[in-house]
Amino acid sequence: MSFGTALLRALRSTYTLGGPGKHAVETAHTRLIVTSAFFALAFGAIGVRLADVTLFPHANDTRKARAARPEKLDRADIVDRNGLLVATSIQTASAHANPKEISDPAGVARKLASVLPDIDEKQIRERLAAPERSFVYIRRNVTPRQQYEINRLGIPGIQFQQEDRRLYPQGRLLAHVLGFSDVDSNGLAGVEKGLNERLRAGGEPVALSIDTRIQHILRQELDAAMQKFQAIGAAGIVMDIYTGEVLGMISMPDFDPTNLGGSPDDARFNRITLGVYEMGSTFKIFNTAMALDYGTVSVNGGYDAARPISIGRFTIKDDHPIPRWLSVPEIFMYSSNIGSIKMAQDVGVQGQRAFLDKLGLLTPPKFEVPEIGRPQVPQPWRPINLMTIAFGHGISVSALQMAGAAASVMNGGFYVRPTLIKHEEGAIIQGTRVMSAKTSDTMRKLMRLVVTGGTARKAEVPGYLIGGKTGTAEKIGARGGYRKNANITSLVAGFPMHNPRYLVIAMLDEPKGLKETYNFSTSGWNAAPTGGKIIARIGPLLGVEPYDANAPDVKAALAVDLAGTGPRVAKPTPQATPAAAALQAPPASAPMAVRAPSPQASARPAPLPVSPTGGSNLAAR
Amino acid sequence: MTALSSFSRADRSIVGRWWWTVDRMSLVALLVLAGIGAMLILAASPAVATRIGIPDSFHFVKRQLIVLPAALLVMIAISLLSPRNIRRLAVVGFIGGLAMLALTLVAGQEIKGARRWISLAGQSIQPSEFVKPCFAVVAAWMFAEQRKGRGVPGFLICTALYLVVIALLLKQPDLGMTVVITAIWLIQFFLAGLPMIFVLIGGFGAVTGLIGAYFLLPHVASRIDRFLDPAAGDRYQVDKAMDAFANGGAFGRGPGEGIAKAFIPDVHADFIFAVAGEEYGLITCLIIVTLFALIVLRGFAKLLQESNLFVLLAGTGLLVQFGLQAFINMASTLHMIPTKGMTLPLISYGLSSLFAIALGMGMLLGLTRRRFGESDL
Repeated sequence: MSFGTALLRALRSTYTLGGPGKHAVETAHTRLIVTSAFFALAFGAIGVRLADVTLFPHANDTRKARAARPEKLDRADIVDRNGLLVATSIQTASAHANPKEISDPAGVARKLASVLPDIDEKQIRERLAAPERSFVYIRRNVTPRQQYEINRLGIPGIQFQQEDRRLYPQGRLLAHVLGFSDVDSNGLAGVEKGLNERLRAGGEPVALSIDTRIQHILRQELDAAMQKFQAIGAAGIVMDIYTGEVLGMISMPDFDPTNLGGSPDDARFNRITLGVYEMGSTFKIFNTAMALDYGTVSVNGGYDAARPISIGRFTIKDDHPIPRWLSVPEIFMYSSNIGSIKMAQDVGVQGQRAFLDKLGLLTPPKFEVPEIGRPQVPQPWRPINLMTIAFGHGISVSALQMAGAAASVMNGGFYVRPTLIKHEEGAIIQGTRVMSAKTSDTMRKLMRLVVTGGTARKAEVPGYLIGGKTGTAEKIGARGGYRKNANITSLVAGFPMHNPRYLVIAMLDEPKGLKETYNFSTSGWNAAPTGGKIIARIGPLLGVEPYDANAPDVKAALAVDLAGTGPRVAKPTPQATPAAAALQAPPASAPMAVRAPSPQASARPAPLPVSPTGGSNLAAR
Repeated sequence: MTALSSFSRADRSIVGRWWWTVDRMSLVALLVLAGIGAMLILAASPAVATRIGIPDSFHFVKRQLIVLPAALLVMIAISLLSPRNIRRLAVVGFIGGLAMLALTLVAGQEIKGARRWISLAGQSIQPSEFVKPCFAVVAAWMFAEQRKGRGVPGFLICTALYLVVIALLLKQPDLGMTVVITAIWLIQFFLAGLPMIFVLIGGFGAVTGLIGAYFLLPHVASRIDRFLDPAAGDRYQVDKAMDAFANGGAFGRGPGEGIAKAFIPDVHADFIFAVAGEEYGLITCLIIVTLFALIVLRGFAKLLQESNLFVLLAGTGLLVQFGLQAFINMASTLHMIPTKGMTLPLISYGLSSLFAIALGMGMLLGLTRRRFGESDL
C-alpha cells in the first residue's frame, strides 16, 4: 500500500491544506471543460462516421470489393498425354434456404419442383418445414439456368452459395488413376491425392502419361472379358517399356468419381497398384532371366523334368508334365515348375533375392497414386521360398510391380520407374541396368515362343509379333490354403517382340470356365485372348505397323532352338548361334531416350496385307 | 405545453417549484429520445421475437412500451428529490445494488457465458445497471468530502468502493460495465483534483490494462482481433450493421422497410442504432447523436456554473455514464471500436437498462435543478 499512502499524502498536501472551496471547484471546472471537449469530439466523430457509412458505403466496404473479384479456381486441371481434359474445377451455385424465413413450405416446395423436376418435392417440403433448423440445402450445384429460374420464382429466403466442384469429364474411365477429392478440394485418392500439393498450388494443368483412347480400349476389353468369364474383377495396364509412362491403367469394377456413394466399397479397390497377388507362372519371366543373366545355365542348356520334386510333405508337379530333359526355352514355353525350380536352385537364395530386388519386386514402388500395396515377401527367405518363388508362389506383388519388372526384361535390361506423369519431350529418363542386353534379347525370343507355341497362343494377333507369359495362381482362401477354381489369371505381354516398345498386362480375378473353354479357367483361355484383343486395338493407335512374321529378318531375330544341348542329345545347334548373333541389340543408350527409335527404323519388313482379324481391321481405321 | 406551462412562477407546490427549477431542455431531450426509442423498438423487436420463436411478435414492444412511461415517471419522481435525498437514495441503491451484484455470482443466470442477471419477482434484473448511477453519486460524495478537508478519507473510500465494484463485475465477467465504471471513477478523480502526474500514470495504466485484457481474457482478444482484421473471425453483426447503414442512406428506406433486423441477433438491444440507420436514415441518426450530445454537453455546461463540488462531481459522473454508454454503443455499431455489448440509453430494449437510466437521469435532473440558498450538502 506504499503507492496508496504516497498518493493520499500527495493529494492531501497539495489540495486539502489550503482548505475547501473555491480552489477545488475551479480545478473541477477547468478539468470539466477538458472532459466536455473529449465528449464533443467523440459525438462529432460519430456524426462524421455516420455520414461516411451511409453516404459512401462502398468506399469502406472491403467485403464487396472481395466478392466482386472472380474467385480464383484453385485446383489445377489434369489432362491426359494429348491434352484432353480429364479433371477440372468449376464454380457452381448451391441453392439453400432458411426454413425460419419460409412461411409456406408446401407452396415453396411445389414451385421449386416446377423448375427442378428431379428433386423430391415431399423431401424438400419436409426440410423447409423444419423449424429448428436455419440452413437446409435445396439442391447443390444447380446449373446457371436453374439458378436463374429459381431466382425468377422470387421466393424470399432462398439463397445461393458459390462452391467449387471437381468434375471428371471422362466419368469412370480414369477413376482409379485420378481418384477423387472432397468438397474442400482436398484429394482423397488417386492422383488427386498423390499430387495434392501440386494440384492445390494451381497453375498449369498436370499432364498425365495416360492416353485416354488407350484407356478406353483397355477398359472396354477388360469389361467385356469380365462379363464373358464372369470374373469378379479385372485389371490391365499398358506401359511404354522405355520411359515407364503408363498409357492406360484400369481396375474393374470401378466407380463414378462424382457419385462415390453409388459404388460399392470394392469398386474403390485398385487391383493394379494396391492389390498384391501371387502371380504364378508369369514370374518365370524373372526366374528365367535371372538364371540366364547369372549364367548358371545358357539358353541352350536345360534340366531334367522327369520326376516331381518333393519338399517336406509337398510334391511339386508340372501341370502338363513332359517327363524328360527340357531345354530352357522348353521349360519356359511349357511353363515347367520342376525345370524352373532347378534353374533357381542353381542361382541360390542370395542371387534370387538380389535379382528380384533389382527389378523392384520386393519393395513398394514409388508411384503417383497413394494406393500402393506392400509386396509380401518371405521373411526369412528359405530354400523352400526359393523353390516356390521360381514359379511365382510364396511372394505377392502388385501388377504395377510386374509391369516395371517385365519392362526391364524386354527393354534391353534397364529398370525404369513406372509413372503416371507424361515425360517432357526430349527428357532423359533415368534407368538402372539390371541385366545384360543379351539376357533381355533372349527373353524377348522366349516370350515370343510362348505365344507362337506355348500357353499364350490365344494372345496371338497376326502382325503384332506379341510375346508374353501367362500365369494362373490359385487365390488364398480366408482360412489359408489355396482355393481350387478361384484363380487370378494374367498375361504379361510385349509387342512387337523383335523390337518391343509396349507392355500390356491383362488380369482377371476369379474367371469361370465356359463351355467354349472346355471349362478351363486358366489364363491361356481368358487372360491371353483378352490381352490379344487389347493389343489388336491399341497397336494401330500407338503407330505400330503390322509385321510379317515370316519376313526373314523378323524370323532371324526371333528364332529359338528348342532342342538345346541336352545331356542325351548333346549336339551343336547350327541355327542357334547365328540367330542369337542376328538379334538386334539396341545400343545401351537407347533406353535412356524418351522416345526409343521407332520399331521401323532398324528393320522395316513389309506390312501385312489387311486381313479380317481384329488387329488389321483397326489398323485400317 | 399548455398543461405544463400553466404552473405559475408563484406556485410554491413541489411540482410547481420543480417545473421552474429543472433543466427543461434536457428533460425534453430525454423525452424525445425515449419517444424515438419507442419508435425503433416497434421496428426492430418483432423481427427478433419472430426469430427466437416467441409466438407474439409484439412481445418485446408491449413489455417495453408498458414500462417506458413508468420509467419516465420514476425519472421525474427522482428529479423532484433534493440533492441530499438523492444522495441518500444513491447510498441505499448502491448498497442494495452491490448486494445483488454479489448475488449474481452465486444465484445468477448464466446467459451467453456470463452471470449478469438475477431473477427477482419473475423479472430478470441486471444489478450492474443500477450500481452505475448510484456509484457515480456515492463516489462524488466521497471525493467532495475529501476536498472539504474534514478528515474524511474520501479518496481512499472511493478507491476501495471502485475496486469492490470492478472485482464483482470482472467476475461475471462484464468488461463493458467495468470500462464505464472505471471511466466514471477516473473522470471524477480527475475533476476532484488528481495531480497531473497521476493523470499521466492513470493514462498509462489504462493502456496497459487494455493490453493486459487482450492477452488475459480470450473473449476480449477475439473481439479486438475481429475488429482489427476482417478475416480473423465472425464479424457477422457488424457487417450486417454496415450493410444496414449503407442501405438506409440519407433518408432511410422507410419505417418497417429495413432488412438488416432479420439478420442481427441483438438488433433490438445492442444494434438498434443500425435499424435507425436503415429505416430512418442519416438525418434521424444525426438527430439522435445530437440529442445525446445535447444532453451531455448541456449538462456539462450547466455544471460549469455549479459551485457545489458534490453536485458537480455527481452530475459529471452521471453524464459520463450516460454519454459514454451512448458513445460505445453507437461507435460499436458503426465499427469505430471493437464490438462491446452496451445498450443505447433510452432506446435499446432492456428493462434493467431503462430503469437504471431513468434513475441516473432522474438524479441528474434533480441535482442540476437551480437551488437557492443551499450551502453545504
